[in-house]
Amino acid sequence: MDIMNQGPLINIENLSVSVEEERLLDNVSFDIARGETFALVGESGSGKSLTSLAIMRLLPEAIRVESGDVKLRGKSLFALPEYEMGHIRGSRIAMIFQEPMSALNPVMTVGAQVEEVVRLHLKLSRAEAKARVISLFKEVSIPNPEVRYGWYPHQLSGGQKQRVMIAMALACEPDLLIADEPTTALDVTIQAQVLELLEKIKKERGFSILFITHDLSVVSQVADRVAVMQKGRIVETADAETFFKGPKHPYTRQLLKDALGSPERAPTPPAPSLLEVRNLKVHFPVKKGILQRSSGVIKAVDGVSLSIDKGKTMALVGESGSGKSTLGQAILSLVPVTEGEILFDGVNLVSLSKAQLQPYRQKIQVIFQDPFAALDPRMRVGEIIAEGMESLGIGPKSKQARREAIMKLLQKVELEAEAIDRYPHEFSGGQRQRIGIARALAVEPELIICDEPTSALDVTVRAQVLALLKRLQEEMGVAYLFITHDLSIVPAIADEVAVMQRGQIVEQGSVAEVMKKPKEAYTKTLLAAAPKLPETIQKGFYDHSVRP
Amino acid sequence: MTLFFLWTDILVWTLVAAALLGGWMLLRSPVSRQKWVTIFRSKIAMASVIVLFFYLVFALLDSVHFKVDKPNGGTPIVSLLDMAMAHQKDFSERTYSAPFATHEYTKSIVVDAKGVSTQRYLPLKYVSSGQMLSGSIQGLLTGALIAVFLIGIHLLWRAKGSVGAHFKAVMHGNTQLPWRTAYGVFALMTLLLAWLYVMSFSYHVLGTDKVGGDVFYAALKSIRTGVLIGTLTTLVTLPLAIFLGVSAGYFRGWVDDLIQYLYTTLSSIPGVLLIAAGVLMMQVMMDNHPEWFASTIERSDLRLLFLIVILGVTSWTGLCRMLRAETLRIAKMDFVTAAKAFGVSKWRIMARHIVPNLTHIILISIVLDFSGLVLAEAVLSYVGVGVDPTMYSWGNMINQARLEMAREPMVWWSLFASFIFMFILVLAANLFSDRVQQVLDPRNAQ
Repeated sequence: MDIMNQGPLINIENLSVSVEEERLLDNVSFDIARGETFALVGESGSGKSLTSLAIMRLLPEAIRVESGDVKLRGKSLFALPEYEMGHIRGSRIAMIFQEPMSALNPVMTVGAQVEEVVRLHLKLSRAEAKARVISLFKEVSIPNPEVRYGWYPHQLSGGQKQRVMIAMALACEPDLLIADEPTTALDVTIQAQVLELLEKIKKERGFSILFITHDLSVVSQVADRVAVMQKGRIVETADAETFFKGPKHPYTRQLLKDALGSPERAPTPPAPSLLEVRNLKVHFPVKKGILQRSSGVIKAVDGVSLSIDKGKTMALVGESGSGKSTLGQAILSLVPVTEGEILFDGVNLVSLSKAQLQPYRQKIQVIFQDPFAALDPRMRVGEIIAEGMESLGIGPKSKQARREAIMKLLQKVELEAEAIDRYPHEFSGGQRQRIGIARALAVEPELIICDEPTSALDVTVRAQVLALLKRLQEEMGVAYLFITHDLSIVPAIADEVAVMQRGQIVEQGSVAEVMKKPKEAYTKTLLAAAPKLPETIQKGFYDHSVRP
Repeated sequence: MTLFFLWTDILVWTLVAAALLGGWMLLRSPVSRQKWVTIFRSKIAMASVIVLFFYLVFALLDSVHFKVDKPNGGTPIVSLLDMAMAHQKDFSERTYSAPFATHEYTKSIVVDAKGVSTQRYLPLKYVSSGQMLSGSIQGLLTGALIAVFLIGIHLLWRAKGSVGAHFKAVMHGNTQLPWRTAYGVFALMTLLLAWLYVMSFSYHVLGTDKVGGDVFYAALKSIRTGVLIGTLTTLVTLPLAIFLGVSAGYFRGWVDDLIQYLYTTLSSIPGVLLIAAGVLMMQVMMDNHPEWFASTIERSDLRLLFLIVILGVTSWTGLCRMLRAETLRIAKMDFVTAAKAFGVSKWRIMARHIVPNLTHIILISIVLDFSGLVLAEAVLSYVGVGVDPTMYSWGNMINQARLEMAREPMVWWSLFASFIFMFILVLAANLFSDRVQQVLDPRNAQ
């Protein structure tokens, strides 16, 4: 072996990058050894993706490198002419992205796309290239690789598309694989499979991975070493074991603490039932042809029964497409119910006419996942919150009194009262989520459907919003139906939990029962697939009660 | 002399009022105010708007009509523009003459007192030669005075602190909006128009047409026709397109099927064919109802109105399709779901949440369609299914130029005048719409 193989595979030395006057990366330095998985962790906007683009020399034109260097096997990448860099990309360093759908060309078969890369870099004949693609597909565990070769991206599931991306990245046997949030868009069970696959291939081939993520529990599963980024700086670098045992930097401690969530909820005294769903079915007809004949049905919700008590929280857990959001919409009377009953305080909402339903609109409200789509960009915050009050005739009638009520409400969700005259675009994601909560609270509901309210937020903001929801529940006695795919937050917020799969509830019960002693196979799979932080720190944190 | 409103006058002034109200409502929201400031930050957009403003002023001047009682009986309807151009409107030459000519363009046979017939160029009746220099000086001075006066007022109005400092900032181009460009274009246009106007007392600045009418006057009168067709047609189009597009996108189901069927059918019929059929039907109808109009000007106005309606009714499909698609997208957004969860009625959701979020598409399509419609008028009048032949319009001028171009020597100024007037208007509108689209279209956002 020559000397070149002794040192680290890639060194990033004092990399600084800025746009105009603003510094986006500030003296970023780290190196990745051969065969190592190096995780770069940070919240959105911390500069982790920018670092990966800088390594690939793919920075947007407006952004310039101030200082620093990237060395691959001791050779500076910034000094290379563009055509040599083009050779390095793809053959020495490969990349996979968060959104596999937009990274694949929708009008080319996946086989042809991978084959193109193979032929370009390895100079193989057509037949050889095809054989190689199929063997790659086998390696990334795509079933029936010969058949899938001729499929288009839209015919594959999210997980399979990510596998195709990995196959494409592997095609040229890279030394370094940059994985930019590769599992964020995937369900937990699929995420577990993809992570396992990456680990397996890494062992077989011995390349290094730069793993970019915001999820510390994923890091704990895959990483050998970890670096934490905040506002363009690396605040802490350590090997995974020491990192999770004793983080040093206060920001890292805060991150870990927020990722853990608050301690489990203490059991609350029993309360009378508020909402009862009995054997609810929501079927959507599938229409075909010119005459729009119904040719079948999609059973989004298929015979669901559950009940929520006053002032309690029920978590509804499931993977995408399991029908949990549709169930929420049905309870809100926003989708037609095919069969079954929704009893609110003993009144069957399904049988009510539109006018009769109006008073119940006030009692059941909703908070959404995407804080950017949830608020009308053309309306002021005050108008947004007042809309429900006006429509349902709640709260003070005079303009001035209503304005004061809204300002109080804003303070209740920990925003400034002055926010009333501003527009949604002036707020951050977390603040918008608070406005959404204020809008729901404005009509004094008894039940709020929270449809993944924290999945678009960074961990620290997520922790704040969850704490707010909890506080509001204690103060106002409102019940939540908390729809989520994130199992890690369930113990902290919920009293009861229901697990949904393919439109049906497979298991439900108290959080302690379901999360600790699951009975059903699917629940077990879900729990096993969910990435967890090491047990050691889970205990450690609350013993030492770290406070910032 | 009494104020008299033609049908199109009423519509124009309604539109002006609506535009002012709409503009005020738009500017109340700081988001859209910021967008419009961004639009005007471009020098080209600013210059285009100043040019468009001049066209608008002429169209509006020509939209205030009076019934004048003549001593010799008859009550002709004249506009403010006609009054300003009375020296050209009421006195026409015998036949063609070139721009700034002192004699007719063709020789005439003249029999003198001795009975000898000669062929010579006759002098023009209403031209006072030798005014070239003094007229030019007088015109340019007037223009400069007007420009300095108006720009000065605007400077004083915009200056927040010291006027001198503000003036300096404008001159160095350090203002938020490119006022230097705006003032430059404004001064240039004022100078040019003042010069043309003063010279038109001594000459036919753009020549005369076949029957001796002044071409400059005709081109100015055509502005109203062009601008009206460009703007009023959208007034007809918008309610149809918005109502049908939003309904189709929001209600889905059979409403959507019906509306889609309607616009698919309508847009499958060739546009010119549909318009020609409409115009011919309208002509027959007007011939059967002579009591609808008292004078030629009212008749041509009514015909213009019908043409606008026909153009509007046949051209809403494109915008409707876009609005339907965007409504489909917005109706799925969470804020609409939130409104539904509050029990807000369908119509209120459409008015409060959907239509305001469509404004950028509507605005872009208004400015984009404007130039297309001005050109459509020219094409339709050329084909013979446009405005009334007695009405001043660029299309009619081009139509007449067909024969003039075939003459030897060629008569080029009618075509030239209509071409220049139309070209500047359409160019300014296109440049402005490019900018509007660039700024307002969210797909162009960074």
